[in-house]
Amino acid sequence: MTEKVLMSGNGAVGEAAIQAGCRHYFGYPITPQNELTAYMAERLGELGGVFIQSESELAAINMVFGASAAGARAMTSSSSPGISLKQEGISYIAGAELPCVIVNVMRAGPGLGDITPSQADYFQAVKGGGHGDYRLITIGPASVQELYDWTARAFYLADKYRNPVMILGDGFLGQMMEPLEIRKIKELKLPPKTWALTGAKGRRANIIRTLMLKVGELEEHNKKIQNKYRRIEKELVEYEAVLTDDAEIILVAYGMCARICKESVFLLRKEGIKAGLIRPITLWPYPSAIIRKISNNVRYVLTVEMSAGQMVEDVKLAVLGRCPVYFYGRMGGGVPTSEEIVNRIKELEVQRHKGTKKKE
Amino acid sequence: MKKIFGRPRSMTDKPFHYCPGCGHGIVHRLIGEVIDELGIQDRTIGVPPVGCAVIMYHYFNIDMTEAAHGRTPAVATGIKRVHPDKVVFTYQGDGDLAAIGTGEIIHAANRGERITTIFVNNTVYGMTGGQMAPTTLLSQKTTTTPLGRDARLIGYPIKISEMLAITDGSIYIERVAVNKPANIIKAKKAIKKAFQVQLEDKGFSMVEVLSQCPVNLAMTPQKAAEWIDNTLIKTYPLGVIKDKSG
Repeated sequence: MTEKVLMSGNGAVGEAAIQAGCRHYFGYPITPQNELTAYMAERLGELGGVFIQSESELAAINMVFGASAAGARAMTSSSSPGISLKQEGISYIAGAELPCVIVNVMRAGPGLGDITPSQADYFQAVKGGGHGDYRLITIGPASVQELYDWTARAFYLADKYRNPVMILGDGFLGQMMEPLEIRKIKELKLPPKTWALTGAKGRRANIIRTLMLKVGELEEHNKKIQNKYRRIEKELVEYEAVLTDDAEIILVAYGMCARICKESVFLLRKEGIKAGLIRPITLWPYPSAIIRKISNNVRYVLTVEMSAGQMVEDVKLAVLGRCPVYFYGRMGGGVPTSEEIVNRIKELEVQRHKGTKKKE
Repeated sequence: MKKIFGRPRSMTDKPFHYCPGCGHGIVHRLIGEVIDELGIQDRTIGVPPVGCAVIMYHYFNIDMTEAAHGRTPAVATGIKRVHPDKVVFTYQGDGDLAAIGTGEIIHAANRGERITTIFVNNTVYGMTGGQMAPTTLLSQKTTTTPLGRDARLIGYPIKISEMLAITDGSIYIERVAVNKPANIIKAKKAIKKAFQVQLEDKGFSMVEVLSQCPVNLAMTPQKAAEWIDNTLIKTYPLGVIKDKSG
């Protein structure tokens, strides 16, 4: 039987990690994700796991590197400025192909910014963030239940692909409370971690490294991880489509913004405007194919983000000029309302109507 | 004929890449001998630094992982917390440990992490071509202190071992040198003791090894060895700095 509880998004991430067998957490406090750090301290204490409040974000991510290299399921979490500090370690983890889960409960920036929700770390999450050619599997959940389900799955995906996975939430999602079903986690069998550092008993020594000095060796390594990324792009894309079948206008948004956009779609439909929504769930790999397909059949796309416009670039790349792509965004902790989005669509409708008249 | 001397079992037969007169090869060998003598080859995990010793995993038959510059103690912490029954050691130079990684080493020591750190101090950045280290002596010339280190501009040689000794989590800290046979014998004893402190689950242990970098000190190997005796140990005296293992 599944247990139903009322829980915050941050707590849901923590419980999912525990259920997925994560017994090693390393983190440094930062608002608005502190409930998660506290949750891990409490639960790992009960279970005899390892919780370390590190001296810095740098130390935390490198402790994750060590724990993952040693074969454990390890996690860290932070919020935007802290994730910036972790980028050094994330690049090394990606380069060494170590599995781990990194949670970013985004807040507004740049700089110290504000503790209010934001989606302005999209570039940093899906385009690399640290140095070198690498990708993070990046998930953008939109509810407390999804935070739970995807965090649990993130550990499996990290192990399956030997790649760091980032859960990209925001301060809204992290701190709000919703009913949550604590579901039992079922996983497919994974191969044993024969590469892990366990002491070279009865086998040859295992070496984990990212320095490759021999001519061509690093290029080969990069080709290998790029091939892995292509495989992930084929196997992992997930999205939600709302009323897209007969839609003439498509909204694209993820996370909390997508929930607000869903409401906008219903409001627009009431007024006879055939709107639909594509909500990318995996932000990398990106659901480009469905957006491309739909762009053949709609008048235009409106991307909505809590940023100056970051994901909109991926939408434009997917659409490739098949239809216009517009953007509506709020920054610095501003959260769009469903009415604002409806009004933006109405503006666009008026503008486009005028444009058509002129042509005639 | 009875073999009385050979390569430690925990080491490979790959020739070292180090410059003539460099101390790293000696320190590596001492670690290899200690691992053999303690019989811990199949449960030791090493974390080399960024710098000249970054590829030291080629020379050992043990599990090892690289770490980002200065983050070695954090990586070792992660490994040790997953495998408390294994022996985890880090190997760091003066740039790695005393500059970019000061935060990590102080807090690993203060947490009493059950790891052993081998800290090789040759007062200069070797890999990057002879720049100043935090441990560079006053008046010492490097590529970034061409007129000699001036305390007014860049401060004083940092005494990491003494600093770490005041943390309650550190159990055993000794400073040794590898510039002559008598010191090398003492250095090995200290490294062995540091590993034993870890095996006894007592807390953080570290051996600071004064070493020679003839190329970047712009000295012959012999002069560099003499310089340790005549000059370096005046700022960094040898001996046990802390021992709470008893």
